[in-house]
Amino acid sequence: MAWRLRLAPEKTNIDFFKHQWITFGGSMLLMVLSFVAWGVMGLNFGIDFKGGTTLRTDSATVIDTGLYRSTLEGLSLGDVAINEVFDPSFRADQHVAAIRISAGKGQDQIDDAGLKRVSDALTAMDPALKIVSVETVGPKVSSELVWSSITALLATSLGILGYIWLRFEWQFALGGVLALLHDVFITVGIFAVFQIKFDLTIVAALLTILGYSINDTVVVFDRLRENLIKYKTMPLKEVMNLSVNETLSRTLATSLTTLIAVGSMLVLGGDVIRGFSFAIFVGIILGTYSSVYVAKNLVLFLGLDRSDKPRATGKGADHEFANIDA
Amino acid sequence: MQLETPLWKRLVVWAIVVVGLILAAPNLFYSRVETHNDAATAIAKAAKVGGEATPEQTAALSVWPSWAPSALVNLGLDLRGGAHLLAEVKLADVYKQRMDAFWPDARDALKEVRDATGPIKRKPAPDGTLRITLTNPDGMQAALAKLQGLTANVVSLTGAGQKDMEIVADGGDIVITLSDAEKAATDTRTMQQSLEIIRRRVDAAGTREPSIQRQGADRILIEVPGIGSAEELKAIIGTTAKLTFNTVVGQGSDKTANPGVGNLLLPASDHAGLYYTVEEAPVVTGDDLVDAQPSFDQNGRPAVSFRFDTSGARKFGEYTGAHVGEPFAIVLDKQVISAPTIQTAITGGSGIITGNFTVEGSTNLAVLLRAGALPAEMTFLEERTVGPELGQDSIDAGKVAAIAGMVLVGVFMLASYGMFGLFANITLVLSMGIIFGILSMIGGTLTLPGIAGLVLTIGTAVDANVLVYERIREELRHAKTAARAIELGYERATSAIVDANVTTLITSIVLYFFGAGPVRGFAVALFIGIVTSVFTALFVTRLIIQIWFNWRKPKTLIV
Repeated sequence: MAWRLRLAPEKTNIDFFKHQWITFGGSMLLMVLSFVAWGVMGLNFGIDFKGGTTLRTDSATVIDTGLYRSTLEGLSLGDVAINEVFDPSFRADQHVAAIRISAGKGQDQIDDAGLKRVSDALTAMDPALKIVSVETVGPKVSSELVWSSITALLATSLGILGYIWLRFEWQFALGGVLALLHDVFITVGIFAVFQIKFDLTIVAALLTILGYSINDTVVVFDRLRENLIKYKTMPLKEVMNLSVNETLSRTLATSLTTLIAVGSMLVLGGDVIRGFSFAIFVGIILGTYSSVYVAKNLVLFLGLDRSDKPRATGKGADHEFANIDA
Repeated sequence: MQLETPLWKRLVVWAIVVVGLILAAPNLFYSRVETHNDAATAIAKAAKVGGEATPEQTAALSVWPSWAPSALVNLGLDLRGGAHLLAEVKLADVYKQRMDAFWPDARDALKEVRDATGPIKRKPAPDGTLRITLTNPDGMQAALAKLQGLTANVVSLTGAGQKDMEIVADGGDIVITLSDAEKAATDTRTMQQSLEIIRRRVDAAGTREPSIQRQGADRILIEVPGIGSAEELKAIIGTTAKLTFNTVVGQGSDKTANPGVGNLLLPASDHAGLYYTVEEAPVVTGDDLVDAQPSFDQNGRPAVSFRFDTSGARKFGEYTGAHVGEPFAIVLDKQVISAPTIQTAITGGSGIITGNFTVEGSTNLAVLLRAGALPAEMTFLEERTVGPELGQDSIDAGKVAAIAGMVLVGVFMLASYGMFGLFANITLVLSMGIIFGILSMIGGTLTLPGIAGLVLTIGTAVDANVLVYERIREELRHAKTAARAIELGYERATSAIVDANVTTLITSIVLYFFGAGPVRGFAVALFIGIVTSVFTALFVTRLIIQIWFNWRKPKTLIV
């Protein structure tokens, strides 16, 4: 009777290892290339990570931050941030704005020529505008913050390794972390190759991808663990294919809902969060791909000890001494 | 067949949902509640100095009932703007500290050439300069050579190869100052430390989303969401929070008394007119602390408990062991907070500071001590309010995108799972409400990326539901009864849901403890999102399905 949207047929029988030299090998190659791109091309850091110059403007015209932004972004200088400034001591027709512009590569502030272009553009936009002060500013993100974030990421990977090891097997832990690094590195690689602005929100996006990636991988692992107990004699590769096929419908449904949500941010959310939405969009596609094509391949390469020893995670021991190590 | 859940469990689940929604409710009346809150703060402030509430304030207060919850989610600098403070760091403070610290070393070094120089004395000099008089100027060369031996190379890229101090002879005096290269290196270090310490003080939990930047050579620009936070900010940042434990030499009421060489005369903070004479060199300082927490003393008065690191604990233990029965002073920013008498040797490395604290005061002091002392004093140059970083167009676009995202996900769930999709959508709305409730309670700050993150939570929040529904479908294929399929679906999907989410939960916890600033804020949001979505999917959706099932009693089930 009722119609249902199906993303995958009820029963699929896809061999996810068929072209594994292309899928898994390609993934690994992309990961390495991303790393190289990151090292060679560097990231296009936004004003959060880099210092720059701050200007104070004063005008009798009411400030439209959107107009200021479009005027300055046309100059292709650096990343721009604009604030209107209020103070009780200001006159009624005094409108003050603080404008921050990040410096170009290898500079900590904008040179005089750049500054001249900024002031020309601003006065062309609003003849009544005056630039009251020009000063250098440091980055919002201090090096200490960067280091603490990197330690946080490493510690997180260790935490995940530990938990998956505890709940599954050590091979699963390595597979999960590989999938995670795959998703995060390739996303960063894309930002390096296309020189998309990398700011604090992108860091948040990468952390989101990290969470999503693990979540997706663990769901497949969970089914694999269940099927390993169920089909003790089936070859490992087949159990893996079966598990991915069984969870395919869920994998697609979850990625699609998430992609719908992020896609709407990407299309409708405006320029300011486009980079953020783009990073998550890419990351989710990668995360879905890696839980199907990357994580379990490593487990297969490493091999699993499937000898019939009772494990703490398996249900019911054969006899009462089964769990005691000699 | 009926699906059953014990009554107490049902009550607990619904109670949590209701409390979450009540806490979130003020956000629906944002401007009204904000007017009320601002008025309440203004009246409380006026009452402190004995003032009365103005009629306008009373009117503003009454727009929202005072018995209702009034905590709101803060909107970030990008969406709402906030307070803007420009502070200047007194870099020269550090030069003075360096020279003061160098004097004992110099004195000891010069003792070795005393035969040539005769007795030496420190002469008054401008801050940041150490001037030493030799009784016998013939020993000048020997003394200079000795002092040169104490200098070190500057540790910085630009000043490589230069000495950190300039030591010159001026008649019978030796004048020591920091070299320019060392001053530049020290300035950079002082600014970095100040930035970090301010970040730790302003954003201890990571949920406040401040912006802290160095501006020019010696200034720090601090922006914090919320217009009314300037006063509070100044109180947090303006304190140096230099804590020391000093030996008490004596006490009196004469504030002009000469404390003598190497001693300081400091006022008591809780007794007007009482002055302590203490030794200038502290026994231990706040740098030796590893932790400080607000607590209460045995009389139930607010206090701050602290713990020393190993070297601090050893120094403190040795000192208290040797001075039982004598008083020692706990000094904070040149005021004696208290001067207790040592009862026994304190060897455990922990202790408690009592004084004339309020609960708020002891909480603040604990935060300040944990963040560490500022290397130099700060003065405020400018205090302003700033508007949102994003134009209204960006904010509107964000709103539209968030709503469109939610609606589209809802439609997708309906198309995929029919009636069950509707149940998932109901719990989605409930879980959004609960997330807002929790964010309001802990004083979280929402930025535009934060909103995008919430939209993303919507996507992943349905995941737990999807897992269960897909499992129910599978169980139905094995020709189980409808009720059994639902039960088995939940039972068997739980392990996947728990493992997947516990892993993400571990991620959020580790990120919180190892990260700083915005990374911490993200960790908090992630944690709240996961706990809420798992709770709603595993308990709330299940109860809704039960109510529907027991009401309609379907023979067959289509998920």
